[in-house]
Amino acid sequence: MTAAASGVVLLTMAAITVFLIYRAVPALRGNAANFFTEQRWDADGTPPRFGIAAAFYFTVLTSAIAIVLAVPVAVGVALFINYYAPRRLSSGLGYMVELLAAVPSIVYGLWGFTFLAPHLTGLVSWLDRWFGWTIVLRYRPESAPNNYSPLTAGIVLAIMILPIICSISREVFQRVPREQIEAAQALGAYRWETIRMAVLPLGRAGVISASILGLGRALGETLAVTMLLSTAFAINIHFTETGGVTFASIIALKYGEAGPTGTGALIAAGLCLFLLTLAVNFAANVIVRRNKVA
Amino acid sequence: MTEPRQGTAKQDEDAPPVQTFLRYTHRGAPGLADTVFEVADLSVYYGDYEAVRDVTMAIGRRQITAMIGPSGCGKSTVLRCFNRMNDLIPGARVSGKITYHGEDLYAPEVDAIEVRRRIGMVFQKPNPFPKSIYDNIAYGPRVNGVRKGLDDIVEEALRQAALWDEVKDKLKESGLSLSGGQQQRLCIARTIAIKPEVILMDEPCSALDPIATAKIEDLMHGLAQDFTIIIVTHNMQQAARVSDRTAFFTADVDDQGVRHGRLVEYDLTGQIFTTPSDKRTEDYITGRFG
Ligand SMILES: Nc1ncnc2c1ncn2[C@@H]1O[C@H](COP(=O)(O)OP(=O)(O)OP(=O)(O)O)[C@@H](O)[C@H]1O
Ligand SMILES: [Mg+2]
Repeated sequence: MTAAASGVVLLTMAAITVFLIYRAVPALRGNAANFFTEQRWDADGTPPRFGIAAAFYFTVLTSAIAIVLAVPVAVGVALFINYYAPRRLSSGLGYMVELLAAVPSIVYGLWGFTFLAPHLTGLVSWLDRWFGWTIVLRYRPESAPNNYSPLTAGIVLAIMILPIICSISREVFQRVPREQIEAAQALGAYRWETIRMAVLPLGRAGVISASILGLGRALGETLAVTMLLSTAFAINIHFTETGGVTFASIIALKYGEAGPTGTGALIAAGLCLFLLTLAVNFAANVIVRRNKVA
Repeated sequence: MTEPRQGTAKQDEDAPPVQTFLRYTHRGAPGLADTVFEVADLSVYYGDYEAVRDVTMAIGRRQITAMIGPSGCGKSTVLRCFNRMNDLIPGARVSGKITYHGEDLYAPEVDAIEVRRRIGMVFQKPNPFPKSIYDNIAYGPRVNGVRKGLDDIVEEALRQAALWDEVKDKLKESGLSLSGGQQQRLCIARTIAIKPEVILMDEPCSALDPIATAKIEDLMHGLAQDFTIIIVTHNMQQAARVSDRTAFFTADVDDQGVRHGRLVEYDLTGQIFTTPSDKRTEDYITGRFG
């Protein structure tokens, strides 16, 4: 029964993949540029020149920023709700985190566009002052007047994926057996020591899977990122400067006006995103399995 | 006329000092010269439910005290009062008094964490941390602020727990890779490593096979040289084999039909198992309970 069901799923996936490849190949054949190194996207030009270098770069960059910001906060909030907050506060907080997950992404996009970005100037100047030497955090106001930058997009993505990481982490922490917690407490451990010894090691695999789920969501997020990055098909190593494009935002932006070659090219981009998330999930599986028990 | 008197005198000389008082009632344990805990009129509540009512008993230093009784009579509940583990259960509270070397264990200025550092606990299910054998044992000393000489502490604890020879070549392996009996001895070693004065054990052998159980019982005899041990057990033979004193608990039903755990009888183990003074004790140890 389950074998039949998973067979159907696999067949459907294979069929979709074959169809996508079938549509993508002619466009890729006609591409005058290298699909992997070209940054520009001019798929309906003569000759067509398009590539995923910029999209790949910004997709990975914004998602990485999001994960780096979201995971510690989400785990911290999860630990706080589960172990530190008084019981009344903790159920309220848990509910609020769940609510964050229910906010549609367009609302996050609007909030980031109209509220967050204008208020980030202080932060990015501060980052420039202390971390400008890293080059990636260098900030020149004239090159980013509105802060519609990968950093802003990363922050908004972080907030969007925080709830899922937080609530899965909470569940994982709750499943840590009581005996483990009591073992630490019976040795005279304070709360933080108990968490470090009994909760975190057993929860680690779960937190990693939660983060990967969040990462998957960040990689594929379309609306908010499209709104927040002023489209620029050029790799820019400064995180705080305006511009950028992701797989999802290319597709969202170009789909309406695409001709036959353009559509095929977008499908090829979609396939690449699919491969990317597949690779991430695969890596996650390996990491989780290796982290099961220390 | 002279002969019986001589006999009596000789008996008194040979007997260990704790036996010089003949009868014990369940009010404390008169005759215990050297006590660690004294429990007076202890009642334990979970919310509104009074799980254990009016327990009075004294625990002798470097003795093994067994607590037996039918399921649900409050043995674990009482045991967990000795290291204030019940504090961690929301709604749990106690009335009455437990003193530890004369100090009120539940006085407001007493730090429960400090209490647990002196009174260790071993649980029913072996519960090593998912870490290496070494880290399992070093954890207690580490949270107690010990940084130096950990290797020696680990070795000594493992030796005392009769586990050293079995694990000395694989200290870096996971504690979970050991057998159940070894895991339980690892947990005992982990407790010993914080150098507590008292070790509380809640059915430490109930998840183990007879051979592993025998090993732990042997170990307990050795540990009683250095530690005061209180053990909860369902296994009456075990109580008879290992303990100096035995407390028999049962659950009484009050006028409202609510069950409360009570201490029925507390005496030298030999007395409890040969000439119990209470009918309920006798019924229980002869298997006629319920
Ligand atoms: N955390 C808790 N919250 C509420 N009631 C509890 C809790 N723990 C125990 N009780 C109740 O207190 C009573 C005594 O329980 P306890 O676990 O101390 O018994 P026990 O003698 O150890 O039993 P067993 O031999 O089955 O381990 C029982 O009625 C039990 O339901
Ligand atoms: Mg019990």
